Amino acid sequence: MNNKAHTPLFHVSRRAALPWYGAWGIRAAALIIALLACALITNLITGLNPLEVYATIWQGSFGSARRTWVLFQNIAMLLCVSLAITPAFRMRCWNLGGDGQMLIGCLATTACMILLGGKLPNGVVILCMFVSSVLAGAIWAAIPAFFKAKWNTNETLFTLMMNYIATQLVAYYIIIWEVPKGAGKIGIINQSTQAGWLPQIGSYKYLLNILIVAVVCVLMYVYLNYSKHGYEIAVVGESERTARYVGIKVDRVIIRTMFLSGAVCGLAGMLLVGGTEHTLTTTITSGRGFTAVMVSWLAKFNPIWMILTSFLLVFLERGAGQIATSFGLSASYADILTGLILFFIIGSEFFINYQIKFRHAAGKED
Amino acid sequence: MFDFVSFIPRAIMQGIPLLYGSTGETLTEKSGNLNLGIPGIMYVGAISGVMGAFFYETRVGAANMKGFLAVAIPLCCCLLGSFLMGLLYCFLTVSLRANQNVTGLALTTFGVGFGNFFGGSLIKLSGSSVPAIVLSGTSSYFRKTLPVSGSTGWFGKVFLSYGFLAYLAVLIALVAAFILKRTRVGLHLRAVGESPNTADAAGINVSRYKYVATCAGSMIAGLGGLYYIMDYTSGIWSSDAFGDRGWLAIALVIFTVWRPNVGVLASFLFGGLYILHMYIPSGMNLAIKELYKMAPYVVTIVVLVLSSMRNRRENQPPASLGLPYFREER
Amino acid sequence: MSLDNKTAAVEMRNITKRFGPVLANDRVWLDIYRGEILALLGENGSGKTTLMNMLSGIYFPDEGSISIDGKEVVIRSPKDAFDLGIGMIHQHFKLVDVLTAAENIVLGLDGKLDLKAASKKIREICDAYGFEVDPDQKIYDMSVSQKQTVEIVKVLYRGADILILDEPTAVLTPQETDRLFAVLRNMRDAGKAIVIITHKMHEVESLSDRVAILRHGQFIGDMPTRKTNAQEMTNMMVGHAVKLNIDRPEPVNPKKRIEVRDLTVRSIDGILKLDNVSFDAFSGEILGIAGISGCGQKELLEAIAGLQPVEGGSITYIEDDGSREELIGKDPLSIAEMGVSLSFVPEDRLGMGLVGNMDLADNMMLRSFRKGHSLFTDRRTPKELAEAVVQDLEVSTPGISTPVRRLSGGNVQKVLVGREISSAPTVLLTAYAVRGLDINSSYTIYDLINKQKAEGVAVIYVGEDLDVLLELADRILVLCGGKVSGIVPGCGASKRDVGLMMTKLGGKLDE
Repeated sequence: MNNKAHTPLFHVSRRAALPWYGAWGIRAAALIIALLACALITNLITGLNPLEVYATIWQGSFGSARRTWVLFQNIAMLLCVSLAITPAFRMRCWNLGGDGQMLIGCLATTACMILLGGKLPNGVVILCMFVSSVLAGAIWAAIPAFFKAKWNTNETLFTLMMNYIATQLVAYYIIIWEVPKGAGKIGIINQSTQAGWLPQIGSYKYLLNILIVAVVCVLMYVYLNYSKHGYEIAVVGESERTARYVGIKVDRVIIRTMFLSGAVCGLAGMLLVGGTEHTLTTTITSGRGFTAVMVSWLAKFNPIWMILTSFLLVFLERGAGQIATSFGLSASYADILTGLILFFIIGSEFFINYQIKFRHAAGKED
Repeated sequence: MFDFVSFIPRAIMQGIPLLYGSTGETLTEKSGNLNLGIPGIMYVGAISGVMGAFFYETRVGAANMKGFLAVAIPLCCCLLGSFLMGLLYCFLTVSLRANQNVTGLALTTFGVGFGNFFGGSLIKLSGSSVPAIVLSGTSSYFRKTLPVSGSTGWFGKVFLSYGFLAYLAVLIALVAAFILKRTRVGLHLRAVGESPNTADAAGINVSRYKYVATCAGSMIAGLGGLYYIMDYTSGIWSSDAFGDRGWLAIALVIFTVWRPNVGVLASFLFGGLYILHMYIPSGMNLAIKELYKMAPYVVTIVVLVLSSMRNRRENQPPASLGLPYFREER
Repeated sequence: MSLDNKTAAVEMRNITKRFGPVLANDRVWLDIYRGEILALLGENGSGKTTLMNMLSGIYFPDEGSISIDGKEVVIRSPKDAFDLGIGMIHQHFKLVDVLTAAENIVLGLDGKLDLKAASKKIREICDAYGFEVDPDQKIYDMSVSQKQTVEIVKVLYRGADILILDEPTAVLTPQETDRLFAVLRNMRDAGKAIVIITHKMHEVESLSDRVAILRHGQFIGDMPTRKTNAQEMTNMMVGHAVKLNIDRPEPVNPKKRIEVRDLTVRSIDGILKLDNVSFDAFSGEILGIAGISGCGQKELLEAIAGLQPVEGGSITYIEDDGSREELIGKDPLSIAEMGVSLSFVPEDRLGMGLVGNMDLADNMMLRSFRKGHSLFTDRRTPKELAEAVVQDLEVSTPGISTPVRRLSGGNVQKVLVGREISSAPTVLLTAYAVRGLDINSSYTIYDLINKQKAEGVAVIYVGEDLDVLLELADRILVLCGGKVSGIVPGCGASKRDVGLMMTKLGGKLDE
């Protein structure tokens, strides 16, 4: 064994603040490297040359007017859930229950459509859908919030379990409402009357959803950055003790913020069922509650940046989906590419916060 | 009359993957890493084992398989796959000090995608007409039980009717509990999870402990995936079949207050709750069965709330859980 | 004993260490000898702790070399340091709360885990030096001085013969300090090399054989303690002559402002923290609170500020016109809404008083953001306040949009105190207002507090340095185990008496 003095090879230290363009430069570099890696892996699996890989991804997202609309609809939905969970995240409350809160919103919307559709004027049905879905989502989120505020119950697991309870509840009602009996699914609701379907703007099926989410995005940005509530959320997130010290009622803020979180999730559920899908399944949310965590975190919990990060993730998903279809691969290929890109971006944060200095060989080289 | 003799073995078989997962996650969390990637890791463990078994089985044919290789190949593939996932998690969270929640979720996205993608590809390769891979040859070796189990009545059914991986799960949990409580390595690991600063100042290599515990934890969790495919489902892989068991395994860690030995019984209990809906007579009312399926989640929540209300010092998570460690933090 | 013909146990040569842009140590030379107590003296931020951390393997020097007994070594980790016989007792104890004393002591060692044998060896060490440690006691059940004892035993257990203690007396009573010093002298006589980091002059004088002084990361000089004096050492530390006494103007027109009667507080675990505490605080007066740390000071201040649930008793706020308001049962918000202007500088500055990740301007808003009926926050006023505080208190910061956690300890405290006095309080509560601050910053804070006193504010000052308390406070309330041990005038009380009152109700000796 060579026991002689070895100085460590390199030394890691925390950076002083990096200017914003430096930080985003590093993130962009990580993204480019990640895209290269994706192309390489796709190339290995499919033999597609890298340029064609990108072309296919592009095709999958912007290949036709319909695809472009679907892309933006998907972005809008993902962005909406991401916006919803962001206030909770700013408060360091790890709400992993976006999926469940959205699903409950979907369930409430479906209930209104099925039970009230045709019995009340359409405008009233839609109003009921809105109120009930928002309330359902809000309450679904407020339950774990209550226990967190009161006894500091772990919200990560609580919200996670609430997802599954929501799924089972939906499964229950699907069987109750199944059409036809024994089919195990609901099918398109009010196909003939279109009762409870959100109105279309002109011939654009998805435009209304996109516009609503855009408004929510701006409102959320203002709420978080300029309102007194937003400031309270930030203080509670940084330090509960400080918040108590300045007289902020922490438990109230936790419940209020999660309530808001759930309400926006519920809204997302209504847009999904009432606006585009017009049906209910247990997997209708397609895991957006989890993807939203990453959208929100990648954007550093900033609603405006989240437009970009949700675009990135949906773009990749659609693109990878396109690769999968054209080469007969499993649709899960998208998850692999998404995961891969996330690893690179997550890793790149290190280079934003730390710097590595290599030492000059101080000891003698043998 | 509730049929315990058939219920208990099925509950235990449901519980074994959870036991693997929660033992692995407990070790991981004891080092201060909250690995939300466990669900993904269990998928990767399962599919890696399936791939190994698939290629061996198709290469030599189910009839010519050697017992040792039939077990060893999937086992090694599974361990390797889940080890690499653990390594990736460690590299990002320990070496690069990334956010543990986000890394874990990304790992789960990746792992589930990885499992379903390669599962789907294998289904295509095998040219099967149903969307599933059937590895009955390999599975028969994993499911081998003691020859006496059939002839010992209810005792044999309840205690002796399992494949070796089931006993291994209990053994690993008990060994893990012993290591944590009674050995120096366990003491050091607990110190790393409680206060990495202190452990570091005491001359413990914090990064190494985190790496080793997390990778070992991942490998153990991966075995849970392998058990599920090779034993529980008799060697049949289909997409998303593993379901949400990974998340339940994480919940089980809190349920057992970070004690793998408690996990043995707790996981069987959870396994029982998981299949309870099949044993509650509900006649033709299919809908109500969906509500019974909530049982494990509701119980988890109840336990979560109760344990947070009691709030005892010994029952708290490791103090540095979820936080990255950087020695020169000022 | 002549020092000249001894070989140095440790030679540090040209040690340099940077943290980002900050030069923490700049080509420092230092020798440490066996059979000697070396006092390493310097202001906060002068690099004492950093230097010693490099010796104990926490940090690795950017440049320079370290030799032990004449042989050059590389210390990459605390383990390397232990192997070389170097042990450090950190200011913030490096103990795991949920483990027992014995488990903590054997932490990091190799071999089979045998706690029985370890306990036996621990008892032997305790007997040899006169410590009292229960090996099976959990750390979270221990007092601060017990924890420190565990730390020292831990180092001795590893056979260290070069001991470094980082501000070991900061949390001890005078009596405990005396006991610690006796132990250290024992160890020195047993041939161990001892380094004590401190900035308390009288400790240097009473304990050390030699003193080495650092300033701004540079080695200024060393000398035998008996050949120097406090004034000279202070000048070397600060770089220019400073006066050591604190002003204490007579209180002007004192009126009763706060009346505390039979205050009883229990912690969440059910432990009695305050037991029938009664006292008055007057406007224009500084009421000092003395006591061993953890004797109820924190609970007392937090109870007045509305942050601590109270079991019994009353806290009454008396306005100039004689009207009385009960404070118990109110939270900080409702106290403020009652029109009681109460400011509180808590002990934990970045964990409670300020938000480390927010910038100066946002931190200024903490108290006042609710003002007005708008849904939105007013950003301009806090910005102006931040600028004013930076200017008036000479806060050194790159700008008001710098997160406060990037500021040095003294500047953080100036920001906090600046905000708290900006609201023109009638009552000012401060807890350990100068802990960890260098001399210059400390005096800035004393001046600010005295200014508040002159403006008629009732100041309650919880302190740990008895010398300062005796010079600054008009009256001193001594707490002992949650009870009032006595109230003495600041002028004329002796340190010894106050120290005795801290450890024993009433402060009377048994003899």
